[in-house]
Formats: sequence, structure tokens, C-alpha cells
Amino acid sequence: MPISHIMASGMTGIRAAGDLVARMQFSKNMRIKEAKEYVAKKLGVDTMDLSDEYVMRELREELDIGVITSVPTAAKGIAAKMNIEKLLEIEINSCDLFRRQIA
Amino acid sequence: MATEYALRMGDGMRISLTKEKILEELEAGSADAADLGEIPTLSGNKIEKLAEILMMPGKAVSVEQGMEVPVTHDIGTLRIDGDQGNSGVGIPTSRLAGCMLHERAFGADTMELGHIDYSFKPVKPVVANETQAMEVCQQNMIIPLFYGAMPNMGLYYTPDGPFENPGDLMKAFKIQEARESMEHAAEHLTRDTVWVMQRLMASGADGVNFDTTAAAGDADMFGTLHAVETLRKEFPKMYIEVGMAGEIVLGMHGELEYDGKILAGIWPHQQAPLAAKAGANVFGPVCNTNTSKTSAWNLARAVTFMKAAVEASPIPCHVDMGMGVGGIPMLETPPIDAVTRASKAMVEVAGVDGI
Repeated sequence: MPISHIMASGMTGIRAAGDLVARMQFSKNMRIKEAKEYVAKKLGVDTMDLSDEYVMRELREELDIGVITSVPTAAKGIAAKMNIEKLLEIEINSCDLFRRQIA
Repeated sequence: MATEYALRMGDGMRISLTKEKILEELEAGSADAADLGEIPTLSGNKIEKLAEILMMPGKAVSVEQGMEVPVTHDIGTLRIDGDQGNSGVGIPTSRLAGCMLHERAFGADTMELGHIDYSFKPVKPVVANETQAMEVCQQNMIIPLFYGAMPNMGLYYTPDGPFENPGDLMKAFKIQEARESMEHAAEHLTRDTVWVMQRLMASGADGVNFDTTAAAGDADMFGTLHAVETLRKEFPKMYIEVGMAGEIVLGMHGELEYDGKILAGIWPHQQAPLAAKAGANVFGPVCNTNTSKTSAWNLARAVTFMKAAVEASPIPCHVDMGMGVGGIPMLETPPIDAVTRASKAMVEVAGVDGI
């Protein structure tokens, strides 16, 4: 059932830009329109592109913010999230913890 | 003979209805929500749009391109490794593998980690295990990863908890004692959820999902809203989602207030501003499915409630659309035709910010 929702209405997470839009909703209380516009501006794309795997696949790899397939040497996990922090100008709790651990 | 379209009953059984009957059901469902919630019915255009979605020929339908929304997930990885009681499919996997499957195989927009019991209270004795799991998951995950659990205030009453069961007290006409028991339970609920989440936040959690808030009535919501308020003060950047258990907050206590509003008997459009006031980032409104009614009736009713909640809410609304809520039939394997139609309707007609 969750997959039916994802296929019908979802932004497909790191296949496209769903995680980024969700982060803006949760970190800044942005409604869907505002969150999409914010992320699109930061990525330099149109809001339509945020759910477009063709656009987002290459862009995510270029920005090193995590891609859905396992690409050798590409940022994953915390490393990808630290790049997302810079891109979206937000702080992510797990990245804060990681910074404290390596300080 | 008039053309008939394949729809569902609220329990999932296939039925065939004419367009005229579908429109009749949609209008009746919307009118029911409007009557109960004292909110506007759906306009003629919105009813037509819902009918159009329900009558689409394909088995699965989807939103128009560009209208996609984030889909958040509750129940953690239990749908992978859990048993039938949690609608799990019983695949033995670690929780890390479950989270990563949601991110990389299913295309989830957010995910959450949860305890096998999925309630806050039983997490207390094993919180160190939960924090360890959260830390390992956060090291490997990219999408937002919450800690999710149910406030489940019923666990604080006898025989499971320390306070006398209000149901038993009320049966003995000890109304004041029942209210006091609920107030004590709510205090403990607040204390426990804050304590658990302080530890999860120290381990890198993005935030918390309060799933099925108010399942035990108004005191359950009272305790949860106070937990949200406390957590928001301590963790200004924490992601907080408050998802509801049902469309109305049951008045088990009847006199509890939050922000000057009586909690008993409030509907989604009245719940959303209170969740926002407490400090939630996202609100998860619910509309329950009536198994004896058609999917047209249930969907119009759910969309009417959700549209009003979205309009009244100062924060994003991610409508609850699991089995038996949000116009979804009440069975563990809801048919894809019904799920995708409800999904599309919520985004395009109710205007929800997510699912």
C-alpha cells in the first residue's frame, strides 16, 4: 500500500528530490508550494523537475547529495546529508552529532 | 443500460455503480462530514472532479505531473519484519536494512525507526538499544529519519499500568476519580515521551512522529500536546509530526483544554491549529472509513474533512492514508485501484501537503 501511494502521489525520495522537499516542510513548516519553490531555487531547476528522475539523477550526483543506486565514491549517509545541509542552508541533527564526535 | 463503473465498498469489496449513483454517494458523503464538522460541503466542481477520478478507466491512477507531494511513513520497519498484527510481511531483516530498503528500493520521502511494540512506554527499558539503532541508521540514511511511536495512553491504566482504569471507575459512577486517573496518566505520558525523545535526539534522530494521537481520548491528546510543547522548547530544530488516531477526539475526560480550547469532540480542522500551537511542524489529520458505505461516500467525506483541515492549518498537513482511513478501504491489503484514487483525490481536491 505505501508503494501504491508513492507511485500515485509521492516524490520518490532520493530517486528525485522528495527528501529535500520533505526536509523543508519539517525544518521550516513550509507548505508544499513554498517548499518546492525553495528547493527548486536552491537546485536551480523548475519545480516540475523535482519529481523528474531524468533531471534529478544527474543533478544529485553532481551535487553529491546521495543517489538511489550505489555509486562508488559518491557521498552516502552522513556525508550526503552534510552536503544537503549546505545546499538547503539547514542544520541536520545527525550531522551535528557527527561533527561533535570528530571535533 | 447505463454504464457502470467499478468501485469498492469501505471493506474493499468490488461493486458497480452508475455515474448518477456515484454523484449521489459523493454528495451524501460530503454532506455527512459537513454536518458533523460544521464545515462547508464540497462544491459542485469538486464533486465532479472526484467522480472523474473514481471513473478513470485504468486500474491505478496518479496525480498530474508536477503535483507530487512527500509521502511520509509510519510504523517504522514493522511492515517488513513485523507480523500480521502490524500488517507486517514477516521478512527477517534488521531495522537498518528495513530503513534502507524504504529509502533505496521503495522511494520513500521520509522514514522512521520504531520499536516492535510501537508505543513510547515499552521503549523506556530498552531505550539504549533504540538509541544505538538510531545512530547506526542515521549514519547510513539520507532521507529524514524520525523515531516513531504511539502515545498509547491506555498502557498507563490497570492492568498494564499504575493508574486505575477510568472505564472501570466510570462504571462505578466514580467520575471524578476517573478524570483524576486520566490526568495522572497524561502526565506520565508527557514525561515518558519527552524522556525517550531526549535520548533519541542525542543519538541523531531528525525528530519524532506521534502516531495515533488521542487513541485513548482527550487526555491522550492533552499529554501528547504537552510533550510536543516541551520537546519544541528543548529542541527548536527538531522535526515533529503529530498524526491522529481518529477523525474526532473522544471526550473520555470531557473537561481538558489546550490553549483555552476543550479537546473533547474536536474535528480535524480544529485539531490542526492546536498541534501547530504546541510546536508541531506537520499535522496528520484522519478521517475514518465506514465499511458499510461505498468508496465514493467515504472518499467525499474524507476529502471534505481534509480540505477544511488544510485550510485551517498553519502548518503542512500530511493526511493519514493507511488501511481504513482517508478514504482507503478497511482491510490489510487495500486494492490498488482504491488506494491510488484516494491518493490522487487528496492531493488534487483536498490540497494536502503530503501523505
